Amino acid sequence: MLNRLKLGLTILVILAGPAYAELVIDVQGIAQPTPVAIVPFGWQGDAADMPLDVAEVIVNDLRRSGRFAPIPESKMLQKPTTGADVDFQDWSFVGVEAVVVGSVVQEGVNAYTLQFQLFDVFGRTQLIGYRMPASRGNMRGAAHRAADMIYEKLTGIKGVFGTRVAYVTAQQQGEGRLYSLIVSDQDGENEHTIMESTDPIMSPAWSPDSRQLAYVSFEGNRSSIFVQTLRTGNRFKVSSKPGINGAPSFSPDGKRLVVTLGGVDGNLDIHVLDITSRQTRRLTTHRAIDTEGTWSPDGRYIYFTSDRSGGPQVYRVSANGGTPERVTFEGSYNARPRLSPDGSRLAMVHNDRGNYRIAVMDLERKDLLVLSEGRQDESPSFAPNSDILIYATRQGRNGVLETVSADGLIRQKMSEGRGDVREPVWSPFRRY
Amino acid sequence: MFRVNFVIAGLVALFLAGCASQDIPDPEPTDTTYGDDSSASTEGMGGSDPYGGEEIDDPFAGELQMIIYFDFDSSEVRMQDQETVSRHAMELGDNPRARVRLEGHADERGSREYNIGLGERRSQAVRQMLLIQGVSASQISTVSFGEERPAAFGSTESDYAQNRRVEIKYTN
Repeated sequence: MLNRLKLGLTILVILAGPAYAELVIDVQGIAQPTPVAIVPFGWQGDAADMPLDVAEVIVNDLRRSGRFAPIPESKMLQKPTTGADVDFQDWSFVGVEAVVVGSVVQEGVNAYTLQFQLFDVFGRTQLIGYRMPASRGNMRGAAHRAADMIYEKLTGIKGVFGTRVAYVTAQQQGEGRLYSLIVSDQDGENEHTIMESTDPIMSPAWSPDSRQLAYVSFEGNRSSIFVQTLRTGNRFKVSSKPGINGAPSFSPDGKRLVVTLGGVDGNLDIHVLDITSRQTRRLTTHRAIDTEGTWSPDGRYIYFTSDRSGGPQVYRVSANGGTPERVTFEGSYNARPRLSPDGSRLAMVHNDRGNYRIAVMDLERKDLLVLSEGRQDESPSFAPNSDILIYATRQGRNGVLETVSADGLIRQKMSEGRGDVREPVWSPFRRY
Repeated sequence: MFRVNFVIAGLVALFLAGCASQDIPDPEPTDTTYGDDSSASTEGMGGSDPYGGEEIDDPFAGELQMIIYFDFDSSEVRMQDQETVSRHAMELGDNPRARVRLEGHADERGSREYNIGLGERRSQAVRQMLLIQGVSASQISTVSFGEERPAAFGSTESDYAQNRRVEIKYTN
């Protein structure tokens, strides 16, 4: 699996030039995956081959979800490219529960139509039939979109194959280190470095429309918070007060950031910063460390880390201010809270018998589930479907990214080619 | 200011080294041939002068420690480092135009932004000691790099101990 993907990546480097993938993905499935068939897509166009092997993208998406086991091409008794040619008896004999067929048709110089149909083999019915326009540049996105539709139809859970992740890497460069802020597709493809610095970069956060990233940069040996527009690369400094400017996180309406400010005396407190006016409002005043604020999806609360009780624990305060209330009680260390987009669960870094691991707390039942197995796991971030989390773990001296299903059953490692990878954040849903 | 002292100490050392080298006499070749027809010749071995030399000052002897280390989960300046902080307070008191940046650091354990808080607590502990000893607040700035700029990259207790620190940096 790993080797195959690596081979795939090598080919991509040659075809796609600079936009190559750095992340190599290795699935650790525990659940029993459902056998499905994604038949190689048909192609009609000028060139000998279609611009992108769409079926391969869908196969990789479904396999990496851990919930599906796409069968190899060699096991297929027929390779139809339209629904009318599907022989359900053949697929039933092979033992797959669902079959996907499709094609790419060139309509112009850089205009294509991607179409696919999903069939239920036992019910002998079409579950989805869909046709969409595509260009060479967005063919991969169109293939992920098809995979998202298939995944949602078969599982009832919204697919996240069309979403992206942002993360920070650090690489040794001469005497110092080079820090990069990177945005890629959630499978590691299509990677773009959006900011580079020889001083640390920290705490990337997506805007709700996924068009901007807020982050902390230490350029000039002081901390500042920037908001950068992905499309243009333009950025503006939104906070650069004396002392600490850190831990930005967008409000659900995208107009404000919750930030941590330390001031000259270094008392870290939670503040709300209006992005347009740059006005700040202080929400906490305790002399303990209050940091890592994050909004609840309904906008009513801000959850944050505070060590006012001695060690770090998660608290929440009304977004309008007031008295904070403690949220976590299990264990001596619970920090860096992040809420699932559906508002039902809280992810955090939890000290589990001396190891820092990712745990999820059900906010109704209050029970804590430890999801990761490392000794220094950090920065949990929910996928927009609330079903998967991404976080950083250690492999030797380097940080690598892992994803885990919110029930803890399916875990994947995403290994990186170079440097130390940290602080992954999953984008909101892309609007098609 | 200690930096000036450092430079002077270095210059003195260089000066002394220069004098020493001039004191060593060049060996002069001596003609030892006994006449044209002689097939015999002798060569002097040259007597070796007694070994000379003198001590070179340790250029670091008067230097201040620039890094203060901290115990696990602590922002308390240890007893043995309080003298160091006091000497920085004197430097800053003697040189009102001098400025320091106190850079706080934490080990890698736990979450990154919380570690920024722990690093800041350490730089504030040093700042408070300087203020109490009369240093002007305008001479001091603080920054915390948390776990982002480790001095040691490993994950052993000794690596962690090297990373829990405040670096004192004179900025002019």
